[in-house]
Parts: sequence; structure tokens; C-alpha cells
Amino acid sequence: MSKRTVEFNVGRNPEMGVDGSVVDSPIFPFDMPEPDLGTENMLINIGPQHPATHGVLRLVCELDGETVKRVIPHIGYLHSSFEKLGEYRTWNQIVPLTDRMDYLAPLIYNCVYVMTVEKLMGIEVTERCKVVRVICMEMDRIFSHLLWLGTTAIDVGAFTPFLYAFQERERIYQLHEAFTGARITTSATRVGGMMADLPEGWTNGLQDFLDTFPKTLEEIDRLLTRNQIHIGRSQGIGAISAEDAINSGFTGANLRACGVDYDVRKDQPYYDYETYDFEIPVGQYGDCYDRYLCRMEEMRQSVSLLRQALERLPGGPIDVEDPNISLPSKTDCMSDMESMIHHFKLITEGIPAPEGDCYMPIEGSKGELGMYIVAEEGGTKPVRWRIRPPSLVNLSVLPKLAEEHLVSDLVMINASLDIVLGEIDR
Amino acid sequence: MTLDETKAGLDAVEEGPHLSEKSMGSSDGKIADPDGHPSVVALLLRFGDSVSGHRVSAGTQHVVWIDSARNLEVLHWLRDDQDHQYDMISDITAVDYGAGRPIDVVYQLFSTVYKRALRIRCELPLDGLEIDSIVELWSAANWLEREVYDLFGVTFRKHPDLRRILMPHDYEEGHPLRKDFPLRGRFSRAEQTRRALDQSVEHSYIAEEMDLGRDPQQAVPIIGTKDGDG
Repeated sequence: MSKRTVEFNVGRNPEMGVDGSVVDSPIFPFDMPEPDLGTENMLINIGPQHPATHGVLRLVCELDGETVKRVIPHIGYLHSSFEKLGEYRTWNQIVPLTDRMDYLAPLIYNCVYVMTVEKLMGIEVTERCKVVRVICMEMDRIFSHLLWLGTTAIDVGAFTPFLYAFQERERIYQLHEAFTGARITTSATRVGGMMADLPEGWTNGLQDFLDTFPKTLEEIDRLLTRNQIHIGRSQGIGAISAEDAINSGFTGANLRACGVDYDVRKDQPYYDYETYDFEIPVGQYGDCYDRYLCRMEEMRQSVSLLRQALERLPGGPIDVEDPNISLPSKTDCMSDMESMIHHFKLITEGIPAPEGDCYMPIEGSKGELGMYIVAEEGGTKPVRWRIRPPSLVNLSVLPKLAEEHLVSDLVMINASLDIVLGEIDR
Repeated sequence: MTLDETKAGLDAVEEGPHLSEKSMGSSDGKIADPDGHPSVVALLLRFGDSVSGHRVSAGTQHVVWIDSARNLEVLHWLRDDQDHQYDMISDITAVDYGAGRPIDVVYQLFSTVYKRALRIRCELPLDGLEIDSIVELWSAANWLEREVYDLFGVTFRKHPDLRRILMPHDYEEGHPLRKDFPLRGRFSRAEQTRRALDQSVEHSYIAEEMDLGRDPQQAVPIIGTKDGDG
């Protein structure tokens, strides 16, 4: 809509002033018939290379003036066919593919993949391994939410939270590196255990993080939660009702913002989550602001979960003691014939699976993250490996949410969904 | 490693996973003990003639095979019946076993009311890859079905917008997750590069968008031309 049209509308109706006052300087006389300006809807293309799309997402929008009439998202620019690649790899060789999907929370993806394989094979991991994986997953929930927080704030013009959030993320990067040797592509899990046990002193590093991080979080909270600009940009924007949200497949913080207390950690508990003391934050209106509040509170709950996990972290072995599943130690390999044979068999053949299929959902940082694996009898590779991508299903609601909002709100709605394109495109 | 050995290795990769032809995870008419799951019992009572198999997988997960012609009816009942209320569709996907076996469409359901999960599978023969769309029941199915269509070539009847989603909309090589699709694609590397770098307007915009961007005064589309950058 051009500037001219706006002025004309304001002037034509004296009761429709911008601030509610009577506009008394009409540009056109009131009795003049509305001229046919020949306005038509406009088609604009946003992305795939655009910072506000948070990745290589392309949105083709039909606009009436600045109002979004229709959004057609195009995805697939990052499609790497991980699911196909997985069919050519043994169970443990797939682990590196998983962290490349969601590079914002790699450890969660590492964990859910091996959890699914273990469930399919009926492997019960050790107590220590369970708690270490809970620590990994909760740490990466904070890791992912911090990136979401920083980039969403910057999308609506708040630069400082971005710097604060990334400073804290850097500390989790360092914890990743100390544990796995990599900052993003962690590949830390193996079927039946972890790549290695936690290094000495690592828990102290995490404890340090837990001691100071809540303070930063409260600082960000002070900058945003009651910030008038932030509230104006997010309250009432992209709202959806609870029923619609369930029907359209929303999960994670997006769904809880609508008032549905669905959380996989509570509803289909795994790794003794039912014994931890934590709460599920739910929203009321299902708009961008509620999603923000839910994620902020989730980070606080994760801090509490991490503290509890550190407290109960038991000793003992981290891998299952089954030579057909876990690799023997290097020393044993070199000195013990039996171990060497097991090592050889595991590396050349892999772990045989029973026939069947298995779907394992967990609460990822973006929503319900599920893996579905189909195996044949004795198969060392999956027949089908499927990732239930929470971001993909969440993004598919974007056209409905953005309808009749402004283009600048489209940016906010897209940001508030917390998507990661690596996982959408896979 | 000699050149021949390298080539043999690459061929093995192209061949893909070796699969046996024996019955595996299919609806073999067997009914495992349904007692653990009330919805399975109810399904057997109500749609007994359409249930072609049931098994318990991975210890606790109940899988029911149903007739693909009645998927909409059964899923509708599972969603709306007071005793079941599977209001959430977690996932829709498909499984291709290769070796000429039927392709299975898999629905993963969850009830937020009763906190129960159930997996429904429908077998589709390779010469009849068609099934009713369930978008009218769950709008979440929209993109998930598009993905199955894109990667497996299963057509969903009455789907409002059935076009490719992960691959380009004018992709011509086939359906990548089928077992007969080679890992490196069907076209040569050079041809794939040529197609990927194709800069034509039709390559970047689907027909619907071309219509939106068309100037009614002019016969030619105005998007993507040198004057306007679309």
C-alpha cells in the first residue's frame, strides 16, 4: 500500500484518526468518490538467504500492502538425505549423522538415536549412563534455548540479550569440547553407552556454569520480559488455540504456550524423569510472548534438573558390560585374545538387531523428537531410519499463524517457533 | 587398492542394503496378545475384518495393520471415540523393504487424554501406491504426507496440496527413499549440477505463485525478470 493510500484513508473518515482523534485536514474532500487506484496483491520472496528466516528457509508471501495474505514456505535447501544415508551405515556409524541434523542441540539428537536402538534391541544401559545422558540433554536444552532467545531478541531489535546469551553458550561449547572433543559435532553416544566417561573435573565445570548462569538469565529476563517494545511485538501475535495447536501437530514449548501441558518427559517418561522434581511451564494465550515465557521458564527448570542430576550421579561403569555391544578397552584388545575377537566382530559386522520396529519419542529442545527404526532379523543396519522432526511440523503451521499479520510480525512468528533448518530438511 | 576393487566397493554401495525376501514385519495375519492395549482390543472388535495383523514390538509398542482402503474411517474413529481419543498424530511415514514387497504407510498416534500410543500401519502394493489423505482429520498430516509422497511416491487421495516438499518441485529422478533408488541419484553428476543451477523462473516458483505474480495486463509473468527481482 503506498503512502498516498494511507493518507487518503485517514482523511476520508474523520473518526478514523491514527491516535483516535478527529483528523481535520483531509487531503481529499469527503464527498469525493473513492478513486480506483488499481491496487493488487504483491508477491514477495523472502530467503533462502535471509537472516530473519534463521537458516535456508524460503517464504513466498502474498501481500496486500503490508498485510500478509498468504505464506508459502519452501524447504529442502539443506536436504542431505540422512535417512537414506543411514540405511547404508551400521548402528554406531549413524551417530555422527544425528548431531549434524540439529546443530543447536547435538547431544539431544545423539542420545535419542541410541535410545531408540537400545529400546529396539532391549538393551538396558547403566545407571551412570542414564544420568550422564540426562545431563547432556538438559544442558543442550539450555544451549538451544539460548540461541533461540538471542536470535529472536535480535529480530525484534534487542541486541544486548544476544550478546549475553552467546557468552553463556560459549561456556556450554567449552563443556562440549571438554567432554567430546568437538564443539558442535559431538557424536558422544554409542549403542549401550557413551563414547567415553566424563573427564575428571568436568562436573565442576558444569557446576560453575550452573552457579552463574541463572544470574545472566535473570538479567536477560529484566531486559525483555517487561520491555514495552518486546511486549508490543510479541503479545497477541501469532496466537493459536489449544485445540488447533494439537490438531496441527504443535509440540514442545509452542504447544505448552497454548495451555496444553504435554511434555514427553512427564507423559511418556524415560530415564527416570518421573523421579526428578521439575515443573512444566504452560502459557495461556498461545502467542509469541507466551512461547517466550515458556522457554525462559524451561531454562530455569533445566538448571534445577541439572543440579539434581549432578547430585545423584552414581559411579560405576558407563558402558554395558556385554562384549557383543560395547567395545573392549584398548589394553584388553592388545593383551586378550577374546577381547580382540569381539573388537574385530563389532567393527567389521556391527551389532545384530532383532526383527521389528520401534518409535521412541523424547522431549527435544524444539518439541517432540522421535526416532523410528525398522530392522530385520540380525540386521546390523536399519531397513528404515526415520526422524520425526519437531521443527518441520511446527513450521507447517506458520502459514496459518502469519495470516493477516504484518510482514514484520511474520519475522517474529517465524522466530518464535524455534526452528532449525538442518533438522527440517535432514 | 586396485581400480577394480574400488569399483566393486562403489557398486556395493550403489546396491544398497542386502535384504532377504522372507516375511519380515508384515501383516502376516497373526494377532499377538492384545490384552495389554485397550484400543487394540476395541479395534479388533469393531474393525475385525479390516485388521490384518497385530504385534508387539520393542517390548511394549503395539502395532496394528489395517486395510489401506479403510484408513480414514479407522483413524477417524480412533480420534473421536470417547474411550480412545487419539488426538495427536505424532508422525506419518512409510517403510520400503525392497525386494518387491509392499510399501507400508505408518501412522504414529498418541492420546493426550489417556497418555497412550498406538501405531497403525497400512500395506500398499507397489502397483497401487494410493491411500486416502487424513489432512481432514489432522492438519499436521499435510506436510508429513507431502514428505511421504516426495520420498516414496505414495499418492494421497484428496490431499489439498500434494507436491514435493524436500526435493525441488520439478525433480524428475524419482523417489529417493525407495530401495531401488541409487544412493547417488539416477542422473549423471553433470546433469544434476546443470539442473541444480537452472535459473529459469519455472524452476524457482510453483504454478500457483506464477499465477499470483502475473500482471493481469500482461501475458508474461513479471516475476523473476530483469526489471523486477521478484
